[in-house]
Amino acid sequence: MIITLTSADWLALLTHFLSLSLLAVGGAITTAPDMHRYLVTQQHWLSDSQFTSSIALAQSAPGPNVLFIALFGWNVGMNAGGGAAAGLAAWPYAALGVLLAMIGILLPSTTLTFAAARWGHQNRELRAVRAFKQGMAPIVIALLIATGWILAANNGNAVKSWPLWLLTAVTALLVWRTRIHMLWLLGAGGLLGWFGLV
Amino acid sequence: MTEKLPAAATAPDPPAQHRPRSPTDLFWSFTWLALQGFGGVLAIVQREMVEKKQWLTREEFVEDWAVAQILPGPNVVNLSLMIGDRYFGLRGALMALAGMLTFPLVIVLALAAIFTGMADSPAVAGALRGMGAVAGGLIAATGLKLIAALQTNVMGRLACGVLATVTFCAIALLHVALAWVLLSVGGLACIWAYRQLGLASRRGAAP
Repeated sequence: MIITLTSADWLALLTHFLSLSLLAVGGAITTAPDMHRYLVTQQHWLSDSQFTSSIALAQSAPGPNVLFIALFGWNVGMNAGGGAAAGLAAWPYAALGVLLAMIGILLPSTTLTFAAARWGHQNRELRAVRAFKQGMAPIVIALLIATGWILAANNGNAVKSWPLWLLTAVTALLVWRTRIHMLWLLGAGGLLGWFGLV
Repeated sequence: MTEKLPAAATAPDPPAQHRPRSPTDLFWSFTWLALQGFGGVLAIVQREMVEKKQWLTREEFVEDWAVAQILPGPNVVNLSLMIGDRYFGLRGALMALAGMLTFPLVIVLALAAIFTGMADSPAVAGALRGMGAVAGGLIAATGLKLIAALQTNVMGRLACGVLATVTFCAIALLHVALAWVLLSVGGLACIWAYRQLGLASRRGAAP
């Protein structure tokens, strides 16, 4: 798709991500519904399939999942630069999109984290700070296990797709109990899936 | 709220040899672990930082993770920033952040440029599905391993078990929004821990 962006639009793109940054408790992905509302439904800067495939690609590539934001910026920039047909000529626009999107989503939250974590570390003997860390410990551990569960639930019905559930369970057991390198497990999962075995 | 607790009750700093040598070391360490993190980096962070490099103890990792999780922004990005700042200040924080983002960003953009549309092929979709199932197992296993860090928790094992179970059920089974769980269950846990810390320090003061 091809779109036209004015300087005001580029600024609006930056502002959109800036405004969502501090709302992204639990990761940037929690603000994805609002990004969809703005970028796809309201402004028509991204197509639906660009939106979905950006998230899927970032989750399957190495690195933090927040990079799906970079892909949003990339796709908006490509669209503004004449679409995929324009080839290299669209890349400067795409790069600008990446830059604005990443600065927008990261600058406010990292600044806050930097200041808050530093304060917390300097005051780590305070009873309130220690109560926060001790109190939150069981909760964040449960959140991790719940995240694993939710990812496994994406496998779908446990009866129909039991090989995927089994793969998740075996992985959890191996990582918990052995020191096997995680890349082997990911490679094995990828191969099993490639050949349609799970 | 300003009451200070005896320093002996907190975890000691890790031994001097287990720490990043320089901001550059931070950059490459985080680059390396980010590149191993398919479908999320946290499982790798725990294994590299706690088990291999031993820059953090399991207990410190859980505490830092709680802070990284509750503040807005990508959790692992927040965590890298905090670890970097701990050792080399702002420069360390920026280097850790750059390590976490630079090469993964290049890779994901290259993939986007090359493979647009290829995710529709059944083999690629299958591989992504398989890796997704493994990623779920990696994260769950990280949580299971960290349960051991709760043994020294001031709230006691029973309270920790109840809080963890309630949180798991609310998020995984009932799909309650994260913010509500953190506010309600998290708030309750912090109040309980505050009370227990008070009791513990009084016991320590009057042997």
